[in-house]
Amino acid sequence: MNSNAELVIKARGLTKRFGNLTAVDHLDLDVPRSIIYGFLGPNGSGKTTAIRMLCGLLTPSEGSATVLGLEVPENANALKPNIGYMTQRFSLYGDLTVQENLEFIADIYSYPRHSRNARIEELIEQYDLAGQRTQFAGTMSGGQRQRLALACAVLNKPQLLLLDEPTTAVDPKSRRDFWAKLFALADAGTTILISTHYMDEAERCHRLAILDHGRKVADGSPAELQAATGMSIIEVLAKDPQAVQRELDKLPEVASITQLGMRLRVLIPDTNSDPLSLVDRVLVAMNLEASTEIVSASLEDVFVAATMEDSSVGKAA
Amino acid sequence: MKFAPRLLAVMRKEFLQLKRDRLTFAMIVGIPVMQMLLFGYAINTDVRNLVSAVANQANSHLSRQFISELGQTQVLDLRYVVDTPQEIEALLEAGKISIGIYIPPDFDRRVIDDRRAAAHLMVDAIDPTVIGVANQLRNMPLKFDSTVAPPTRAGTFEVRPYFNPERRSVVFIMPGLIGIILTLTMMLFTAVAVVREREHGNLELLINTPVSTTELMIGKVVPYILIGIVQLALIIAVGHFLFNVPILGSILDLYLAASVFIAANLALGLFISTIVKTQFQAIQITFFILLPSILISGFVFPFEGMPRIVQYLGEILPTTHFIRITRGIMLRDTPLGDMSQELLALGVFALVAMTAATIRFSKRLD
Repeated sequence: MNSNAELVIKARGLTKRFGNLTAVDHLDLDVPRSIIYGFLGPNGSGKTTAIRMLCGLLTPSEGSATVLGLEVPENANALKPNIGYMTQRFSLYGDLTVQENLEFIADIYSYPRHSRNARIEELIEQYDLAGQRTQFAGTMSGGQRQRLALACAVLNKPQLLLLDEPTTAVDPKSRRDFWAKLFALADAGTTILISTHYMDEAERCHRLAILDHGRKVADGSPAELQAATGMSIIEVLAKDPQAVQRELDKLPEVASITQLGMRLRVLIPDTNSDPLSLVDRVLVAMNLEASTEIVSASLEDVFVAATMEDSSVGKAA
Repeated sequence: MKFAPRLLAVMRKEFLQLKRDRLTFAMIVGIPVMQMLLFGYAINTDVRNLVSAVANQANSHLSRQFISELGQTQVLDLRYVVDTPQEIEALLEAGKISIGIYIPPDFDRRVIDDRRAAAHLMVDAIDPTVIGVANQLRNMPLKFDSTVAPPTRAGTFEVRPYFNPERRSVVFIMPGLIGIILTLTMMLFTAVAVVREREHGNLELLINTPVSTTELMIGKVVPYILIGIVQLALIIAVGHFLFNVPILGSILDLYLAASVFIAANLALGLFISTIVKTQFQAIQITFFILLPSILISGFVFPFEGMPRIVQYLGEILPTTHFIRITRGIMLRDTPLGDMSQELLALGVFALVAMTAATIRFSKRLD
């Protein structure tokens, strides 16, 4: 019971079907308080649908979810004041100024009138919007819009922030600043659920769930996930990486090959006891000039391995 | 050289998009067919069965026979039988009848006196079609038993026009025009209101806030009621000062009725907004409703000239009831209390549309 009370989100068997398509497939989720929890997955993996179910916008076809101790979607209305939501698309009013948007959101959340203006000033300061105060939101840059959207999402000091691919339209510098703000929020006790398809962002999360075709194929901290890929990763530096890839592809043991410039990352399941010499033998036999070494798994390797297991299951069936 | 293939590509793309927008596709068929049906059935200036009242003070054999002949022409529907011309005037003022027939006590003597008209036609002169009917009846032959009466120079009837003695068409048009203008602008304002926020993505944010559906719906309607009231003031001012359209009744009554009418149109617009997917579709549906509001509301073509089924359709439209109210208040000095049924119809319409919109608007996405 005690450990449950610490869970901000608890979902069991959460499923959403749209006709024949299963967008989210029996998702179990435990998100503890005050951490940044990431949803990593390609487009169409069910990230947005899962988030929409968690804030009560969509009714699950099956399963249940409790958010901040409230059943959704039944108690979604009681939940709304305590969650902040940032949609994938910019959803504030383009024909209102920054100040007007903030005032509107404050009033919609019934933010206490006497402290409303002070709160807005605080947010304008924190989110570096002083220069845009009277600018129409529609004419701002991607980074500025995103800061405004986050400022609006946190205005009512929610306990939980749901961020749906918030950094898709912003430059790397803005993304770095954005994450600094997320860490500050998490430090202050806010729980954050963020979906992304960027590996570098996933790496910043405290915990992570990898979604593929609506199913959770792995979860844990980034380090745990990297330690438990079940794959050996061999990096091959080759003069002709394409030729090497063609030859290695013929090996049944090789699970996946990714090219990074002149280098190839070759994934071979742990069941193979000596993957390095397996690769070396091919290179020597085909007279290909290359050097090889075993490296540790990156999050992208984790992602590739996790989503591949899923497709091999599909093949076996 | 490359002109033709590129042109074809653009055309092909347009057709593909059109094919997928099912509502637009339906409108391509719906608008011309509906227009044809409405114009074909509704527009009938050869009016029959004008609701009328008779006060027969002569009560002679001839007068009774004359009234029965009038009924047989099917031009008039002799619905009310009263005793005095004052009662006919009251019915005219309440807008219950278009024409009143007053047969004076000395009817029989008047029939043989060719200097005097035999009877009076008391006519609601607001609608030019009704005037036309009255003029037709004016020279209706009048027979004394089986002998043919001498042609009377003065005519069978003396026509007494009420409410618009100068028979100016602007007086007929203007009160109705208020209804048409308000229908178009008000419905359009709210028809795009919800769907615009959906298109811009604002809605997904809004429904994730504590704002309730009722707050959202009423909050979207009220500002436009104020705009509608300002618009009404403008139309009335222009009509009154530029075109001398009279406002005989209470301005307050007019505003009260207009507020309910504006609310009805806004609620209808809001309901449209909850069923369409794009602003373009919202505009199409608005015009789909505006068209009958012009054609079968009694705005230009007489309500009595339309077949029964089209009349029922007309009764569903708020504009029909509002035009009756504005003509009553502005031209006949009818108190709003005497038209409570029309006001009630508008109120019920507003309530039903508003409730339907609120129910249709879900705070969920599925």
